[in-house]
Amino acid sequence: MNGQTPISIRDLSVFYGDLQVLKNINLDIPAKKITVIIGPSGCGKTTLLKSLNRLLDTAEGVRVQGEVVLDGENIYAPRTEVTRIRKKMGLLSQKPQVLPMSIYENVAYGPKIHGLKSKKGLDRRVEHYLKVAGLWDEVKDRLREPASSLSVGQQQRLCLARGLAVEPEIILGDEPTSALDPQSSQNVERRLIELKQEYTVVVVTHILRQARRVADYLAFLYLGELVEHGPAAEVFANPQDPRTRAYLTGEIS
Amino acid sequence: MNGVANGHLGRRKRADVFFRVLATVSAAVVLLSLVLILGTILWKSVPALSLSMLTHTPKGGFYLGKEGGILNAILGSLYLAIGATALAFLLSLPLALYLNLYKGRASKTAVWTRFFLDVLWGVPSIVYGAFGFVVMLALGLRASLLAGMLTVALLEFPIMCRAIDEVMRLVPLELKEASDSLGATRFETAFKVMVRQCAPGILTGVLLAFGRGIGDAASVLFTAGFTDRIPSSLADPAATLPLAIFFQLGTPFPEVQQRAYASAAVLTLIILLISLAGRAMSRKVNRHVVR
Repeated sequence: MNGQTPISIRDLSVFYGDLQVLKNINLDIPAKKITVIIGPSGCGKTTLLKSLNRLLDTAEGVRVQGEVVLDGENIYAPRTEVTRIRKKMGLLSQKPQVLPMSIYENVAYGPKIHGLKSKKGLDRRVEHYLKVAGLWDEVKDRLREPASSLSVGQQQRLCLARGLAVEPEIILGDEPTSALDPQSSQNVERRLIELKQEYTVVVVTHILRQARRVADYLAFLYLGELVEHGPAAEVFANPQDPRTRAYLTGEIS
Repeated sequence: MNGVANGHLGRRKRADVFFRVLATVSAAVVLLSLVLILGTILWKSVPALSLSMLTHTPKGGFYLGKEGGILNAILGSLYLAIGATALAFLLSLPLALYLNLYKGRASKTAVWTRFFLDVLWGVPSIVYGAFGFVVMLALGLRASLLAGMLTVALLEFPIMCRAIDEVMRLVPLELKEASDSLGATRFETAFKVMVRQCAPGILTGVLLAFGRGIGDAASVLFTAGFTDRIPSSLADPAATLPLAIFFQLGTPFPEVQQRAYASAAVLTLIILLISLAGRAMSRKVNRHVVR
């Protein structure tokens, strides 16, 4: 695992009221690889992902136990500054959610709140990350138009550019292609594979074929329990747990 | 086709026709009342409407039918409603944001606060007037523009706040998460994302409250007082259009009663102009809203 683990999940349990949705998860996320979390709907995949940048805190009646260690720091420690943790991670949600502003301002929003003020610096940042997200050529002449005027596929790439523009170390994707057409999905998948050169990527999906295409490291979650994890090739070829085998062959879904 | 099916079909058709007639009648009643109200006011006010009506304050004997106008009430109403709406906005926006961002939407605090606001909404305006009057006396104030503004602000507050709150409740949680996940503070998410997303709804809420405030007579009866002069400070009493209508209509002179209808026409016109301005602005603030 290259000895590098930017995120280390230790004994993580999450409760919604009395319901335990994550049961004692232990997982080290490898650096600069794509880690894919698979599992049937309702198994806790999204909860696990959201626990990584403390987005769970905003929900009502949620209780988190255990630790998520990011760069040697437990993000659930009482004194942790949440905004700083979140700045280290870009999030792609299931349905692309653009902000109510122009295409340009969507990408500039993050850098601006984190203190980048110069017009030139912002221009450069916006152009650069729109290019990385593969959207620049399509929008360069309409940067001042509302972001909501873009197609859904374009919106998801805009969200990617927006997340990258705060220069995070980690990219989180919560079924990032589930609302997209096949071509846009392929486009986003390709971006993610390019991005693992520089970023650690964690993606949640329930599409097995997608997991096979992009995963370097695989984690299988079932009923809130981390059943099996390891290098993707190994898990796909030779699953150890009968539940993993059943899921991979489509017996449980 | 046998008889049973025929009868059944007939019943369904009758229900359909009945409902169509009912809906058409309702629509006609709405349209007719509006036309009748506006028509009556305009028709009755024609003899009294003149430029001097709009540009002069009442002179001696105005209420006996001599010369003068209602400038005191026009300006008094505008000052009072604008001030009150601004004050109500200062309370409403932060509370609506607090209920939707800082506290969970379904939290106990939010649910109870909404309930209290709804109760306040239902309180008759004369009660606000009486309450304002008591507070005014306790503070040693007399009937003044300031006391009127504070009372009307209190009247407008629940209306504006709940209107803004209802719009904010419709904002998807994902939008908040999108902003949060970029490392925004709550304050940034509130003012850079929520307010922009809800701008059209906020505008509607403000206009709704303004319309309610400028048209209300009972809350200003004891608190703003009435005067023939234009108020020159917050401590002066202020005339208002609803009270001008009330006093003019209460005289036994037909000329003065016509002036009441002219005052009503002016009040209606102000509300109409504000609504039109709001509509024009709304197109502008709508541009970036994410649907």
